[in-house]
Amino acid sequence: MELDSVSLSRMLTTMTLAFHIIFATIGVGVPVMISIAEWIGIRKNDAHYTLLARRWARGFTITVAVGVVTGTCIGLQLSMLWPSFMRIAGKVISLPLFMETFAFFFEAIFLGIYLYTWDRFKKPLYHWLISIPVILGSSASAVFITCVNAFMNTPQGFKLKDGAIVNIEPFRAMFNPAAPSKIFHVLTSSYMTAAFILASIAAAAIIRGKKSTYYYKSLKLSLAMGLLFSLATALAGDESAKFLAEKQPEKLAAAEWHFETGKGADLVLFGSLAGGHRVENAIRIPKMLSFLAGGSLNTKVTGLDKIPDDEQPPLWIHYMFDLMVSIGMFGIGISALYFILLKFGKSFCAKWLLCLIIASGPLSMIAVELGWILAEVGRQPWILRGYMKVAEGATKADNVGLTFVMFFLLYLVLGVMSVYVLIKMFRNKPAEEEFASRYSRVS
Amino acid sequence: MRLQILGIVVLWIFLYGYLIVASVDFGAGFFAYYGKLTNKDHIINHIISRYLSPVWEVTNVFFVFFFVGLVGFFPETAYYYGTALLIPGSIALILLAIRGSFYAFGNYGPKSNRFYLFLYGATGLLIPASLSTALTISEGGFLKKNGDSVQFLTGELFRSPYSWSVVLLAIVSVLFISASFLTYYAGRAKDGGAMELLRNFALFWSFPTIIASLLVFLSLREHNPKHFQNSLEIWWMFAFSFLFFLAAVYLIYKRKLLGTAFILVMLQFFFAFFGYGASHLPYILYPYITVYSAYTSDTMGITLVTVFIAGLALLVPSLILLMRLFLFNADYVRGQK
Ligand code: HDD
Ligand code: HEM
Ligand code: HEM
Repeated sequence: MELDSVSLSRMLTTMTLAFHIIFATIGVGVPVMISIAEWIGIRKNDAHYTLLARRWARGFTITVAVGVVTGTCIGLQLSMLWPSFMRIAGKVISLPLFMETFAFFFEAIFLGIYLYTWDRFKKPLYHWLISIPVILGSSASAVFITCVNAFMNTPQGFKLKDGAIVNIEPFRAMFNPAAPSKIFHVLTSSYMTAAFILASIAAAAIIRGKKSTYYYKSLKLSLAMGLLFSLATALAGDESAKFLAEKQPEKLAAAEWHFETGKGADLVLFGSLAGGHRVENAIRIPKMLSFLAGGSLNTKVTGLDKIPDDEQPPLWIHYMFDLMVSIGMFGIGISALYFILLKFGKSFCAKWLLCLIIASGPLSMIAVELGWILAEVGRQPWILRGYMKVAEGATKADNVGLTFVMFFLLYLVLGVMSVYVLIKMFRNKPAEEEFASRYSRVS
Repeated sequence: MRLQILGIVVLWIFLYGYLIVASVDFGAGFFAYYGKLTNKDHIINHIISRYLSPVWEVTNVFFVFFFVGLVGFFPETAYYYGTALLIPGSIALILLAIRGSFYAFGNYGPKSNRFYLFLYGATGLLIPASLSTALTISEGGFLKKNGDSVQFLTGELFRSPYSWSVVLLAIVSVLFISASFLTYYAGRAKDGGAMELLRNFALFWSFPTIIASLLVFLSLREHNPKHFQNSLEIWWMFAFSFLFFLAAVYLIYKRKLLGTAFILVMLQFFFAFFGYGASHLPYILYPYITVYSAYTSDTMGITLVTVFIAGLALLVPSLILLMRLFLFNADYVRGQK
């Protein structure tokens, strides 16, 4: 099969975003965790938490660097790979993109200050205060970029007249119907992912035989935050589903294998398709889809029969959806279980539990990827829903294949290097040693 | 002032900001590697890393700001440049990505490594060279419109004397700007050895920048006579630039007022850069797009400018804080904090 520049552009965009989103998610979530740990350290006057914040921040410098460079790549690639789309979209939705750079600017400045001033202030509280603008900056950039993505799903704030764009309303375009639920879900899922990744790291250290209180405190704090944020993620995910039912029914219908419009729709979990629309081997929960979509067992849910054939998203996103939701449930379950066992004084460092906790971090990151694939592929064939199809937006340049190979190699090197550097960084300086050398006078 | 002009001026200011801060960074990479090769790294490298560590990310944002703003104000440019720059743009991006991440790997990571330093030094020269092609292309003659698509004439670019003189100017300016800033910074750190070494670099690279600028002018006359004529009309901008250059070199030579000397260097480039920009107008890309034809709507233009002003109110105090903590804090510079 000969790949045309449309497919290649899609592949390259997918690859860059899928890689960037790993670091972006960490970039949004981890500052929150760092700030919480430092705050507890100050409040309880417990140097363990301060060291936790310090070590997390040190690892964070590596992931931020990769986030920044891959983000710069995606920013320029949007213009290079989707010039026709950016020419149109640029006129209407450049406002949040522009605001995003301010958010980055703000974050970058205070992150520089935060990382290099640990011991420069007389009061530790002043140093903690600097983490606030870092959080504001990174979360705001997630908010703004999500507005752009929401616009692609529910464009508004302009009129098309003879092929020209008129009556532009930048704020209406930015605050489009898809934005609120999407922003809520993106933020909570980033916080959740960061919490579980840090929990995984602590659990992995404990299972390797490091039994100092430092790691137990780290595990407990991360899992507490993980529980909180995974509940919030599920709530936000439910909001997203309700939004889809109302404004973007074809995405929900494809994700749920809901083929015929009707009331009292069943929820289909997993399963497989046997020729056309016959679902086999699935778990069916009666009327649950109606309940999820509208809060009542009798809500009418639009099915794929109402959507023209050439505007239906691929049906395989069903699996993305089910896996994402399963991981969400797993996150809630595992963190809740930990605290229940803790309450009953059970040996909460049981190996099987630690193993499951180790899995929670990578699984959450997988859920983020699955969620984005669901959201983006579920928008197919549109790049700007109702206005422009993906094929019309792509570049006409040759050589996209060559660029794909170059960027593939780049991400490979960056990915391998960042894992290698992070592992070395912490192996060379175990927490117990660092604690002893830094706080020997305190403890 | 018309909104189109206001927009391009704002963007140009940011590109100028990038030019200065990125040059310091790019050149520092080269000097650091050079220092390692000649075993003088103990003299200058700690100066360089103390300055660079807290600010490299901010440098990158200047660049992002410029291109996001350009697409916002002038969406049409995305179409032309986007198609044409796929290959050169991707190469510049990959170099930037390698530079940024390996800087972090080397600096925060295990320990400094010769290979990282090599990458850091080499990309410091290659990136300005590749980014400068975007300006070269804007002079026209390197793109061809084929019906619906835009074609980039790579061969023309490689054969053009103008294009090579711009590359040369980009590289020597980077080294000159960087050396004159680091001389000042070493002076503040009261590090005599480093200051002498960096001062020599600054003096060494000073006259080549002027020679390279002259070459650019001469080849521009052949390549784009219209732009050349326009620039003669504002000859005084370039004359000022030259005077600031002479004054700066004099001060550096005399080892006096190094801070002022660096400000003079900034003014030198300010006048040259804005002289170049002003005579380029109204074209963004000869002969296809001007600031008027590529402009977004007035509603969006006004909104962007408003947001920009609000954003500045937030950023300027933060930037001042950053500079006070790291750049103008004598204890920090001297390595006592
Ligand atoms: C840690 C990651 C994570 C977890 C556990 C979940 N999600 Fe999610 N989901 C995302 C991470 C994510 C995401 C990456 O953030 C997406 C991609 C696009 C978006 O808006 O958020 C997303 C998209 C997304 C969408 C599509 C939104 C749209 O296209 O507009 C729906 C309907 C849900 N999610 C629903 C859920 C439900 C009901 C969950 C139950 C627990 C759930 N998600 C867990
Ligand atoms: C929801 C998805 C995304 C999130 C949460 C996100 C978040 C982030 C974060 C946290 C960073 C690091 C910034 C810093 O620390 O300074 C970053 C970098 C960046 N992102 Fe993303 N991003 C997302 C998707 C995108 C997309 C689709 C684009 C393209 C328009 C993009 C453009 C950028 C750019 C240009 C940078 C580099 C900014 C700099 O130089 O500091 N991001 N992103
Ligand atoms: C800002 C403008 C954006 C543009 C122009 C854009 C464009 C696209 C396009 C054209 C595709 C290919 C569709 C396909 O292959 O099916 C895609 C896929 C994807 N996008 Fe977006 N997107 C944007 C925002 C975002 C954001 C904010 C994210 C979050 C990080 C994101 C995540 C993804 C992912 C993960 C895929 C892969 C889906 C797949 O596997 O096909 N996108 N995007």
